[in-house]
Amino acid sequence: MAKARGRPRGRLVDLAYFPAVILNSALPMQATARNTDDYMVTEEPYYAAQGQEIELFEAAYTNRIPVLVKGPTGCGKTRFMEHMAWRLRRPLITVSCHDDLTASDLVGRYLIVGGETKWVDGPLAHAVRVGGLCYLDEIVEARKDTTVVIHPLADDRRLLPIEKTGELLSAPLQFCLAISYNPGYQSVLKDLKQSTRQRFVALEFSYPAADLEQTIVEKESGLSGDIAAKLVRFAGMTRNLKGSGLEEGASTRLLVHAAKLMASGVAPRTACQAAISEALTDDAEMLTAANELCASLF
Amino acid sequence: MPDRPLTAEELEERLEDDLDPVLSTRRTAEGPALALARFTRAQQNFVLHWVSVIVKTNSEMGFQFASQVPIALDLMDIEEVEKWIIHAMDVYDKQGLYPGSRAFQAVEQYSCALSERVVGIGFEEVEVVLERFLRGLSGRPLKLIAGDRVFTDSERIFLPACLASLGSPGRNFSLYKAMASFLWAQTRYGTFRRGAEEPTALSARCDAYPQPERAQRLFEALEAIRLTACIERDLSGLYREMMSLQRELGQIVHPSSWSGALHRLRRRNATVRDSFEFLSELYSATDQIPQPYCFQGRMQLEAVESAMQERQLREKEKFRVALKRLVDGQPDTPVGVAQRSRLEMDQRPLEVLNEQGSKVLTVDGQPLIPPADMQALMRSIWQDFGEIPEAYLVPAGSAPYWVDNGGEGRFREDLVDGPRDDNAYVYNEWDYRRGHYRKDWCVLRETDVHPSDESFVEDTLTRYSALVGQLRRTFEALRGEDRLLKRQIDGSDIDLDAVVEASADMRAGMEMSERIFTKFNKSERNMAAVFMVDMSGSTKGWINDAEREALVLLCEALEVLGDRYAIYGFSGITRKQCCLYRIKRFGESYDNGVKRRITGIRPHDYTRMGVIIRHLTGLLRHIDARTKLLVTLSDGKPDDYDGYRGEYGVEDTRQALIEAKYEGVHPFCITIDTEAHAYLPRMYGAVNYVVIDEVRKLPLKVADIYRSLTS
Repeated sequence: MAKARGRPRGRLVDLAYFPAVILNSALPMQATARNTDDYMVTEEPYYAAQGQEIELFEAAYTNRIPVLVKGPTGCGKTRFMEHMAWRLRRPLITVSCHDDLTASDLVGRYLIVGGETKWVDGPLAHAVRVGGLCYLDEIVEARKDTTVVIHPLADDRRLLPIEKTGELLSAPLQFCLAISYNPGYQSVLKDLKQSTRQRFVALEFSYPAADLEQTIVEKESGLSGDIAAKLVRFAGMTRNLKGSGLEEGASTRLLVHAAKLMASGVAPRTACQAAISEALTDDAEMLTAANELCASLF
Repeated sequence: MPDRPLTAEELEERLEDDLDPVLSTRRTAEGPALALARFTRAQQNFVLHWVSVIVKTNSEMGFQFASQVPIALDLMDIEEVEKWIIHAMDVYDKQGLYPGSRAFQAVEQYSCALSERVVGIGFEEVEVVLERFLRGLSGRPLKLIAGDRVFTDSERIFLPACLASLGSPGRNFSLYKAMASFLWAQTRYGTFRRGAEEPTALSARCDAYPQPERAQRLFEALEAIRLTACIERDLSGLYREMMSLQRELGQIVHPSSWSGALHRLRRRNATVRDSFEFLSELYSATDQIPQPYCFQGRMQLEAVESAMQERQLREKEKFRVALKRLVDGQPDTPVGVAQRSRLEMDQRPLEVLNEQGSKVLTVDGQPLIPPADMQALMRSIWQDFGEIPEAYLVPAGSAPYWVDNGGEGRFREDLVDGPRDDNAYVYNEWDYRRGHYRKDWCVLRETDVHPSDESFVEDTLTRYSALVGQLRRTFEALRGEDRLLKRQIDGSDIDLDAVVEASADMRAGMEMSERIFTKFNKSERNMAAVFMVDMSGSTKGWINDAEREALVLLCEALEVLGDRYAIYGFSGITRKQCCLYRIKRFGESYDNGVKRRITGIRPHDYTRMGVIIRHLTGLLRHIDARTKLLVTLSDGKPDDYDGYRGEYGVEDTRQALIEAKYEGVHPFCITIDTEAHAYLPRMYGAVNYVVIDEVRKLPLKVADIYRSLTS
């Protein structure tokens, strides 16, 4: 149980980490002082395999093929990446993509430091240099031109051209590129292009089978088997409602949230309402239905 | 000082004006007028107002209202009376004059029910929540219907229209929920299930006893024991609630001779077969049958059997078609091999296999995972049989199959005159006189415009070739161009000019600017537009030509611009035959098909606009765009054969446009009706329309208007 808490992880790259301007030369140059060790996953993140994804990832890694993980939100994609980084003992650099993410956010840019320009690597270039795992989360959220940057890196060339410095980075053997996307709520606009997706080995994730999901909830929260089983059944009920009022059913992540609340002494119905029903929908009738479903179990 | 009440004579005179068509020498307005004379002037005005509103729908309804309203005013306050009027008018809309008049006549029952509502709760208040609740509980979707008895036919659940037997609305809701859940449990835990080889229907089993009625009641009591135990195991919270309801309404005591049955039926592996065994045992052994549970209802075996029979036929075909699709879809399977493949199904009972997991199906030893819709179908078949019967495991032949998709709800047979099809949608319509919607009032169908092979598009392009070139250039300039923004706080590159300036500032001791970056700005036009084109009879001739030409030029311009757009034509005759003609959908490219459909636009019937706007708003809801536009090309007022004209049509259209605005859609109207100033501001707002005074200018203007609208 203790393992679940305070576990150091591969660090999420906050783009504020690459401060835009350091003009005052008195400031230490933090931007370049990023330490690779910061991104190492030192303790094993709990991960229960749903199928053969671990073997598949390892085989892809050995053969230097990039990986696409797809699946609904909260089913364990990011956790899987952390687990693989720990397994392969490589630093994990995660970038959460958003619709303003540009190519230079990934590759790097010049900054002005004390009257001089200085090049600072972006997370992708950094990952290539240190031979780490670079995980671009929700890749379709990024601008379309961004995805093109990863093309030469994602085929057998494994190159990252840095236009502004004229550098051509060749990825070391240990480097691996992974992207994720959720096919469920994508609009036509935000579909992954064939030219991008056909460079990857694709691993499909879905919500784990009931008994496995129960084990996960127990492990993550320390809750007893019976309540965890009920939580999993409740999740199943909300998943039945997908498409008839709910956009998505409750994810494993939400179950873990609810379970953690319960483990801290919150009453089950209250915990489910706060962590699951309210997180799923704002629609009053849907909320009532979800709360009734929860009440029928606890 | 308040106005004095009207006298009976004055009232009679006023009523006669409105009710004239249904009055005769023997049927006068004297009675209602006398009865109304004792009310206050405000109440009298209220009545006179509503009489004049109702007679616009139907004069006889007006007379019925005038006759009953004195009683209503005695029993209820003004607000409740208004609800009673709306209720009766709804009945009239849906069922016609006689039920409508009866609803007015039943004013006393209505008022009684209303007072029950204080503690009670109505079906329509719980319907949506309970339907979702049951959907969540898994199994096949069950439709909830208000009826006078509590039972299920295994597809629909019938519940009372109103419940008031417990002390508070909350408790009565619990009772509704308990009833619905118990009936759900009958379908879920296999009360009606029988193996594929068992020929005996449930009703036949009961009929085999000398007193079938008593046998059925006994069977119901036994099943209630089994089902409540199932609910206790799987949904303990619900079980506690059901039992607390039962305690409130009187405990159920089982006779001592039932102890064996109680013990066995409560076991996990008990099935409906055990209930049958105890039925034959207890039928002769005991006279006592315990009271039914308060949520139990009465089984309607014939209804169940006919629903099941129909469903089984339907699902068998559906399953076999799905199976064929699944087997043929395998990469290694040549088409047609399906018939000879060896199919196996994991036949463990439903309870063992995970409800959300895939059921295991193997073809020639290869496991296959059925798609989600097929899994739902399999679950439904499982519920009926407890297995997938052998006869189902034969993929359908290659002949085209007609599979009825089982009334998914949007199709209302009673409303539709035309051919039955999947493209029928039902919409409400706003009646401004009543201040309420007429529910499920209009039926709309989508069809394609019949394409035409004339060379209209080419001719138009030739005729306007100069204009087309100009349009293209204007729209190109409008296209989202990438721009390099200078002096930004953050950006991909350094703005050297700004840096030089900033460092100079700094050296001079001034505060330096942070804005020293350049940023590449990609301005994407995030826009979706729907054009709805009037195809009513009045557009016949050159208006129609002008509309088509305008569309051709518009498409040329929009193709340059790259905005997403769709074009639909509309027309119709009466509320039951509103028609939306597809010309170009979102996502469809401007190809020959679209061009031929534009060419094929022909005038049809009338213009009922509200329903069209509601439908197109629905379409836009599914499009992800920052700006959504709904542009109407029209030649006149909303107008339809069955009274949809004048203020009524304008007000409904206005209401539909207000709904559209709530959804984030910007409506705009381009019209050639020179009198449009009289009504368009009311519908679209003062600035959201343009009147083009000459028809021949329409083609020249439309694209231009679109440009100024969106830039």
